[in-house]
Amino acid sequence: MKLSSKVIPLNIENIDTDQLIPAQFLKLTTKKGYGKNLFYNWRYFHDYEPNPQFELNNPLREGAQVIIGGNNFGCGSSREHAAWAIADYGIKAVITSQFADIHKGNLYNNNVLPIEIKPDELSVLMNYFLENSSAIIDVDLENQTVKVEESGFNVKFEIAPFKKKCLLEGVDEIQYLINMKEEIAEFELNNY
Amino acid sequence: MKTLFDKIWDKHVVKSITEGVDVVFIDQHFIHEVTSPQAFNGLREKGQKVFRPERTLATADHNVPTINQHLPIKDKASFHQVESLTNNCKEFGVELFGIGHKNQGIVHVIGPDLGKTQPGMTIVCGDSHTSTHGAFGAIAFGIGTSQVEQVLASQCLVLNRPKSMKIEVNGTLNKGVTAKDVVLYIISKLGTEGGTGFFVEYVGNVFSEMSMEERMTVCNMSIEMGARGGMVGIDEVTINYVQSRVHLSEDKIEGWKALNTDDGAEFDKSVRFNATDIYPMITVGTAPDTGITISKTVDDAAFITEKAKKYMGFNGEDKINQQEIDFVFIGSCTNGRIEDLRAAAEIIKGHKKAEKVEAWVVPGSMKVREEAIEEGLDKIFIDAGFEFREPGCSACLAMNDDKIPSGAICVSTSNRNFEGRQGEGARTLLSSPITAAASALTGRVTDPTKYLN
Ligand code: SF4
Repeated sequence: MKLSSKVIPLNIENIDTDQLIPAQFLKLTTKKGYGKNLFYNWRYFHDYEPNPQFELNNPLREGAQVIIGGNNFGCGSSREHAAWAIADYGIKAVITSQFADIHKGNLYNNNVLPIEIKPDELSVLMNYFLENSSAIIDVDLENQTVKVEESGFNVKFEIAPFKKKCLLEGVDEIQYLINMKEEIAEFELNNY
Repeated sequence: MKTLFDKIWDKHVVKSITEGVDVVFIDQHFIHEVTSPQAFNGLREKGQKVFRPERTLATADHNVPTINQHLPIKDKASFHQVESLTNNCKEFGVELFGIGHKNQGIVHVIGPDLGKTQPGMTIVCGDSHTSTHGAFGAIAFGIGTSQVEQVLASQCLVLNRPKSMKIEVNGTLNKGVTAKDVVLYIISKLGTEGGTGFFVEYVGNVFSEMSMEERMTVCNMSIEMGARGGMVGIDEVTINYVQSRVHLSEDKIEGWKALNTDDGAEFDKSVRFNATDIYPMITVGTAPDTGITISKTVDDAAFITEKAKKYMGFNGEDKINQQEIDFVFIGSCTNGRIEDLRAAAEIIKGHKKAEKVEAWVVPGSMKVREEAIEEGLDKIFIDAGFEFREPGCSACLAMNDDKIPSGAICVSTSNRNFEGRQGEGARTLLSSPITAAASALTGRVTDPTKYLN
């Protein structure tokens, strides 16, 4: 997975899942159609009138596939709707210094790459993109790097080998588990 | 020497994939209407059955109205979501306690109360407050919907083993300090990400002297410090609670006791607090880590932000006990159990709520509601001018009609005060049931101590 894209920088810490997708939008029984309501409360005034102060509404950032968020991104509820909203909006990677655990797993399961970098690296990156609305970021999963050519920013990120393999080879955790059913039945026999 | 967590985890590893990544067997799976429909759709698309239907239990809680539950749900989308759950459970052979069933209620209230939650288990649900069940000495945590599908299809999950953290609180609690205050205090010290990547064990006399209900309140909020989950060791209190609900063999009980953390077992991180430092707490910001003692000012919250103050309409020097309030909500999986209702009723008995305050009591389950009625608590609430409603998540997340209006201030016994959590523009102050009750009486944020004998 290689990505060259504009960026939406959200310089806010503890972005919780209620902001990513408020509860009134959790009533669908499908995985699609959430993107329009991503960050609903911050993004719109009443009746979907865009709030021009919010970075998602900045026309210069149109088409961005990367969000950079403050520390503790995705805290709060386990609602995968938050990850569906991010994916449905067209985001392919989210960069922060630390994700909330459940949300991070949900991003992986929807093929959105969660990238954790050091807090000082994050603030350099955040400031750069806040000031440069149409700048481009390069994300490379194989080599585990985040780069910005114009600024010379270049850092490596960590990723669990199993997760990397899943993303790169398109391995689906659920298929993996379904294929293990015999082994699981045997485990039950021996332990219960 | 091993921790309780490690002993339970190791017993449930079906297979290790790589260092630190295991396929873990799940003993008990709970589902509700909001986070399960897409998982069932996934099964259908893949032509899969539910692998072990007897290990999944369903309830409808998030969308249900709390008045006139016998009538069809008015909101179309909510109606459809609850109906999907009913249909899915029927099609896949999963037991459901739907609206009107005597066992219906908030998933984290009914599981323990029905004896489904037991020590030594691995327990998951597509809901972050699954951490509640850790009170029984179980590994319990919230999962996303993709994982709900995995559990339905295979009764297993692919998991990273989290790091371990010990939170110790010793000493004698001050008057008016409840389990909720203890956990709000801990979160106010550690922050909403203080526990990220960790699984917590709560140790010390403060927790061992708590009832199961109180332990559940504490474990419930583990997720609010970012922890994967939290647990309390297994003792007589645990066993008595479970035994009064289901029959247990001596062998089983002995097996559970052996699971407790060995003396000298190491944790990756340890923190310690003194019980005497804790007083009744209230949050002042838009994250659960903004708790302060009720006599303090907004800026005394270590994690308060300018953004939060702006949303809440507070100044740093504002004394929170001067704050006028509009709503009181007593309920949720944090504080919607019978003990919580009893404690609130004790404060309210013989008093009237402040006129301008709207106050709702929403029992956590049908069973809690029945017990409350049997004990006459409903009358106490109603006589004081409170509404005593039917069970559900209600104003904890306002997915049904129970919304706090924009700008209104609500003292709430739930677990999250995020922007808009209780309705667009609503402002939430988290507290214990007795603080909420006392505040309903005076119409401002009130330390409950003076109402206690
Ligand atoms: S009561 Fe609130 S926190 Fe608990 S399960 Fe319901 S919505 Fe979630």
